[in-house]
Amino acid sequence: MIVDGQAVVQIASRLALVLLLVSMALAFIRLVRGPQAADRVVALDLISVLIVAFLAAYAVYAGDTSFLDVAIAYALVAFLGTVALARFLLRSRRAERAKDNRKGGKC
Amino acid sequence: MLSAIIAATLLIIGSLFCLVAAVGMLRLPDTLIRMHAATKAGTLGTGFILAAEAVAADDLGTTIKAVAVIVFLLLTAPVAAHLIGRAAYHRGIHLFDKTWIDELSETMKNTEGDLNDRQSKPTEIV
Repeated sequence: MIVDGQAVVQIASRLALVLLLVSMALAFIRLVRGPQAADRVVALDLISVLIVAFLAAYAVYAGDTSFLDVAIAYALVAFLGTVALARFLLRSRRAERAKDNRKGGKC
Repeated sequence: MLSAIIAATLLIIGSLFCLVAAVGMLRLPDTLIRMHAATKAGTLGTGFILAAEAVAADDLGTTIKAVAVIVFLLLTAPVAAHLIGRAAYHRGIHLFDKTWIDELSETMKNTEGDLNDRQSKPTEIV
């Protein structure tokens, strides 16, 4: 039996794209439901990693390697975004605590 | 033909790892445990898919780009996870009921609060 290698890769990459979309949807459910802000940040982090994987799988599917450049740029920006969100979580906590301390000092 | 089969296998394995990461994201009980699924399984699955692209393209430039993305992901994922975990803990998340080791809370108690909390120091003197 002779099977075309290109066809195998096409079928596998299509299946991979579907699985990645399903996992992105699951992560999105956590993003919507997440009881606390930290849960949402973790879900966003996972979604950005999944988008990098999706871009790589689409590069295989389309046979166009320039999608890898998009993946590189997106990975850089997503890391900066995650760091910014983590610092935002920490900063808002500090602001709350500083406000509490000021209130306590006056009383 | 052989490289096509290897690429297809790597694609399926990688996307299954990504699916496991997303299922763990949905099903695991608290933020830090969810982060465990998201960081490790997600990075591993993405690495597999990038390796599949490197095998499928069969081109030196593409391989170098794919390896660069993998190395970048392996470098940044722990840093991002550490930052998110620290921020989440200092913010006061609900830990899972069966958590039985919490060494950071003891450390924070011993040093009387948050070591990194420089913002609130001046207001304590007033």
